[in-house]
Amino acid sequence: MFLIECPWCGPRDETEFSYGGEAHIARPVGGGHDMTNAEWGHYVFHRTNPKGLHRERWVHSHGCRRWFNVVRDTVSHEFLLIYKPGEKPDLPALPKSPEPPDGPGR
Amino acid sequence: MSRQSFRLEGGGRIDRARALGFTFNGKRYQGYAGDTLASALLANGVHLVGRSFKYHRPRGILTAGVEEPNALVQLETGAHSQPNIRATQIELYDGLTATSINAWPNVKWDLMAVNNRLGRLLPAGFYYKTFMWPRSWWMTYEKAIRRAAGLGRAPEAADPDRYERQNIHCDVLVVGGGPAGLATALAAGRTGARVVLVDQLPELGGSLLDESAGTGEAWRQSAVAELAAMDEVTCLTRTVVTGYFDHNFLIACESVTDHLGHTGAQPHLPRLKLWRIRAGQVVLATGAFERAIGFKGNDLPGVMLAGAIGTYHARYAVTPGREAVFFTNNDTAYAPAMAMAAGGARVKVADVRTEPGAVADRARAVGIEVLPGHAVVSAAGHRKVRGVMVASLGAEGQVGDPRYLRCDLVGMSGGWSPAVHLFSQSGGKLAWRAADACFIPGVPAQTTRVVGRANGTIGLSALMAEAHAAGADAAKDAGFSGSGDAPTLESDQPEQAPLQPFWSVPAKPKSERKHFVDFQNDVTVGDVRLANREGYRSVEHLKRYTTLGMGTDQGKLGNVPGLALLAEMQGVTVPEVGTTTFRAPFTPLNFGAMAGRDVGEFMDPARRTPMHDLHDEAGAVFEDVGQWKRPFYYPQPGEGKDEAVNRECRAVRNAVGMLDATTLGKIDLQGPDVPALLNRIYTNAWSKLEVGRSRYGLMLGEDGMVIDDGVTSRLGENHFLMTTTTGNAARILGWLEEWLQTEWPELKVYANSVTEQYAVAVIAGPKARDLLGEVTDLDLSADEFPFMSWREGTVAGIPARVFRISFSGELSYEINVPANHGAALWGALMETGEKHGITPYGTEAMHVLRAEKGYIIVGQDTDGTVTPLDLGMDWIVSKNKDFLGKRSLTREDTARTDRKQLVGLLTDDPQAVLPEGGQVVEELQDRPPMTMIGHVTSSYYSANLGRSIALALIKDGRQRMGDTLHIPQPLGGPTLSATVTETVFIDPDGSRLNG
Amino acid sequence: MAEPRRLSSLADEPAHVAAVEAGIVMRQAPLHAMVTLRGNAGDPVFLSGVREITGCDIPTDPCRAAMTTDHAVLWMGPDEWLVVAPPEAGTDLRQRLRDRLGDDRTAVVDVGDALAIISVGGPRARDLLAKGCTLDLHPRTFRPGHCANTLLAKAQVTLHQVDAAPTFSVFVSRSFAVYLWRWMLDAGLEYGVQVLQD
Ligand SMILES: [Zn+2]
Repeated sequence: MFLIECPWCGPRDETEFSYGGEAHIARPVGGGHDMTNAEWGHYVFHRTNPKGLHRERWVHSHGCRRWFNVVRDTVSHEFLLIYKPGEKPDLPALPKSPEPPDGPGR
Repeated sequence: MSRQSFRLEGGGRIDRARALGFTFNGKRYQGYAGDTLASALLANGVHLVGRSFKYHRPRGILTAGVEEPNALVQLETGAHSQPNIRATQIELYDGLTATSINAWPNVKWDLMAVNNRLGRLLPAGFYYKTFMWPRSWWMTYEKAIRRAAGLGRAPEAADPDRYERQNIHCDVLVVGGGPAGLATALAAGRTGARVVLVDQLPELGGSLLDESAGTGEAWRQSAVAELAAMDEVTCLTRTVVTGYFDHNFLIACESVTDHLGHTGAQPHLPRLKLWRIRAGQVVLATGAFERAIGFKGNDLPGVMLAGAIGTYHARYAVTPGREAVFFTNNDTAYAPAMAMAAGGARVKVADVRTEPGAVADRARAVGIEVLPGHAVVSAAGHRKVRGVMVASLGAEGQVGDPRYLRCDLVGMSGGWSPAVHLFSQSGGKLAWRAADACFIPGVPAQTTRVVGRANGTIGLSALMAEAHAAGADAAKDAGFSGSGDAPTLESDQPEQAPLQPFWSVPAKPKSERKHFVDFQNDVTVGDVRLANREGYRSVEHLKRYTTLGMGTDQGKLGNVPGLALLAEMQGVTVPEVGTTTFRAPFTPLNFGAMAGRDVGEFMDPARRTPMHDLHDEAGAVFEDVGQWKRPFYYPQPGEGKDEAVNRECRAVRNAVGMLDATTLGKIDLQGPDVPALLNRIYTNAWSKLEVGRSRYGLMLGEDGMVIDDGVTSRLGENHFLMTTTTGNAARILGWLEEWLQTEWPELKVYANSVTEQYAVAVIAGPKARDLLGEVTDLDLSADEFPFMSWREGTVAGIPARVFRISFSGELSYEINVPANHGAALWGALMETGEKHGITPYGTEAMHVLRAEKGYIIVGQDTDGTVTPLDLGMDWIVSKNKDFLGKRSLTREDTARTDRKQLVGLLTDDPQAVLPEGGQVVEELQDRPPMTMIGHVTSSYYSANLGRSIALALIKDGRQRMGDTLHIPQPLGGPTLSATVTETVFIDPDGSRLNG
Repeated sequence: MAEPRRLSSLADEPAHVAAVEAGIVMRQAPLHAMVTLRGNAGDPVFLSGVREITGCDIPTDPCRAAMTTDHAVLWMGPDEWLVVAPPEAGTDLRQRLRDRLGDDRTAVVDVGDALAIISVGGPRARDLLAKGCTLDLHPRTFRPGHCANTLLAKAQVTLHQVDAAPTFSVFVSRSFAVYLWRWMLDAGLEYGVQVLQD
């Protein structure tokens, strides 16, 4: 049972939160209508799923209803960093998201 | 009633003034307050308490604590009965009744003991090897094996007892209330830190409880008193920490009244309380477990661990025998040996060490015969030990000629294993300490400290100093200081000589099959050898192949010896074979304690609308929709469900019906950018929606699949009200917030749930306008108040928002009033509506009515794989703007023209109702498998049409209009045939709606 | 036509009075006027507007509540507050806030019918709450004037510590109120519960 430090409310039990998957996956500008099917499919379906450090989103769903970002170690479950949306702390070196199969911008 | 002939005259912590009667295996005995069931049985000379799991060998009490593998009993009978409870941990109470498990017909004449004779045929891996072929017979084998091998019986009646859970927070959690735990808690508690001290025994003190007077006891009493006086220290006794999870979250189970027996239960108190502990710092002072040594028949009743003999002697004033042989590889067995000798017993010690040192001299001084360089090679006796064979050990492990020693008790000590279970559960890594042949805590994974014997620390003063330092450090890391000086508790125990690792007496293979390593699972040295020979060379393989370390004791005794034997057989060190990982729970956890009060009405909240009582009075049958209780239908006297639903459906199409729609999700949206938000999350366009108007919308996920639908109305220039399906209310609010907060923070929109603020009554039917007209100040003419618009006014004197929208296809008004007025609104409409034939209708009629119109229900006619185009709802998908999921609609797979599409189905037999979920096939075969091309999503009998109707998702469905398809019912019922149709069955041009 | 009846969600719950000396005192709070208020805590116009209507300085620190004798403003999120006012304020409260704050930068939403308030106090109140709430309610970490959105048993609640007795106000959605009331009575069994009637 994690103890997660909401950037606003402080440490709360995991049961108050919902997990929101990998962080920093921006929605393509314009809705992706100039992207190939492969590129769009990559945005919708592909995630890094690393063993180790992972940037991910959580929402304090039973608390202040705010979304925030964390860096969590998926092995030790340590939360190394917790930051609000829009904040850009110095992130530790993380595995890169794999490129879409036919490359960006093609 | 037997007298307690093995009870000592004096000493111990039992209360001789309070005799307690109890029954074991049908026989009456007496013990004293302060006894455990095990100590009381031993006081009465009862050693045989059970039969082993696999071979049904007679088994006795081996230990005095939580690690007991043998003495598991079925406690009490009937609904209160509990299986597999350790007799060593059951506090005796008056009237206690217990029976042996695993013995049939009784523990003395166990017919299954034939397995013991067949032991050679039942080696490790036997089940895997033998019963896997022929495969189809496994089910038959399994039943017989389970009957023969089971552990105890679950009660058959519902559990009548009360259980609770409670959360507790602390700066420092101390697990274990022995000398180390007490010293830790004192050091931390004195700083003012919040400390929780947990111990499994009724009294704090741990091993100090083995002396009832002297300096140790004096210190114990003062420590306990000092802790009790600290406001911020909580001591939980009779409490076992069973799990250590992430972020210093631990689970502990407390006996509140359990130890009093069910006659001691009190209605306002739980039997067990499950503590959910969140700690800043954790200090583990969990002690150590003594180990057995392998020799032939080391499982005979009367063969015990040496330390346990000492505990029974000192704490419970019981001598488990009168003529004892101790078998040891270390110094610790001498103390109980000398205690027994002092009590008048005849005692011999076989020590595998050739030069046992000073301790042997002290033993000899009190008349104990010490045999250095000797081992016990076998125990003799049937159901109870009556002698042992001892032999000398050569330097190369050669066993000399054995000689017989008469005895009624054997005390063995193979060294000690620190109780590292919780440390291991917390993620900490274990380290092998060769000198003491044990695993000790290595690198912790959390803010965990381990002290005392759990840390491999030997000697009372060293242990106290370590514990004090750990308590002070833990408090300091939690932000507190001022622990004072470490306690000085000088031990009269001299320095200990080193142990000589020794796991099992060298013997022939046949003999090794009776050298038990894991008593509970009947795993022997022979099994370990077999596993090694067959290539199961890692500890994880060994465990799974032999079941070593499984069962209720989770290898507390057997794991380390098993591992060490495997290493020895491979000629490598223990860490090379692997370490062992302990998992929760440390001891079996009661299901009732896990459930707590989440039973009965507290299992799941029942959410009721403000009109609930009126539905109840009207005789409604309720349906669970999520946590909501919604009226399903309202049967009148003599009506079943079908009659009631048919009547309700006819009333809506011919007069007026009323539905409680309070549970629909309602989201209040305010801000100048609401239209922009709606444009992005709905598939259709919203910018031009005027104040006073409503519009239907469909939401998609980014994968292009429908996730929700509903009507949104413009209440003001910057103010909208969105409705969602009942089950999606919270999810859709979350969906909006997610996009607003993380992707579109520039949009000025505030979203708030108002589902609970408004009660909603829907009146629908050709008489709806007449009825509403009588109770409202609103102009209801079609020109003033057209379809898909809303007005604010009063209804029955209550301020209301009235929405002219429809889910039934009839003229319909959805009346929203503040929830506290909901019952009044419903009552007034029922009263005024009587002359119009008003009929309350439930969710089933609502479903039939919407299906007659081909209106979808998201989650019933869709399942997360359905696009708007699949639903034939192209008309609502904007070509001119982007929205969530739009790009996905042109992906190759979503753009296919032969996807499953929503169509109507009309059965050939108009009275036959298709099963919802029924698979649809194009070509019938005699029997499955047949190619399935889709399934029925909605199916009802329509009273208004006088026939059944259905909706279905069919591959390439729109190309199949007029085709006949088939719905087989392989689980019973005839195969039905149906024709593919459009989805709208009634009033396709909507004249009833718009009138 | 029937008289409009205004019923709270707990109106018909029977009162239970325990036989043992009560460590817990529970009470159904009377109906209040309540609105959810959304806006920008950095906007002085917003802050002064709220102060003018409620008499409270809007709490900008998380999980804090401001109180006067008849109003309370509870922090619900970085841009969200719950305003609690006497029953007679009614829908007027929303309208006055609306008029004062405008509708392009703020949102004001009536929630007075959506929420029930259960008052729970007494020397064992923290223990009762600890049976269903994972918050650390120790006086070192949770004090009068603190509030939190959290879970109590299986209901989402807003917990507001009103005084040091301690007394807590538990705000809960109306459809969960009966469930939660009964759950609290049950959880308090161990300590004895006295139910106060207004
Ligand atoms: Zn929060």
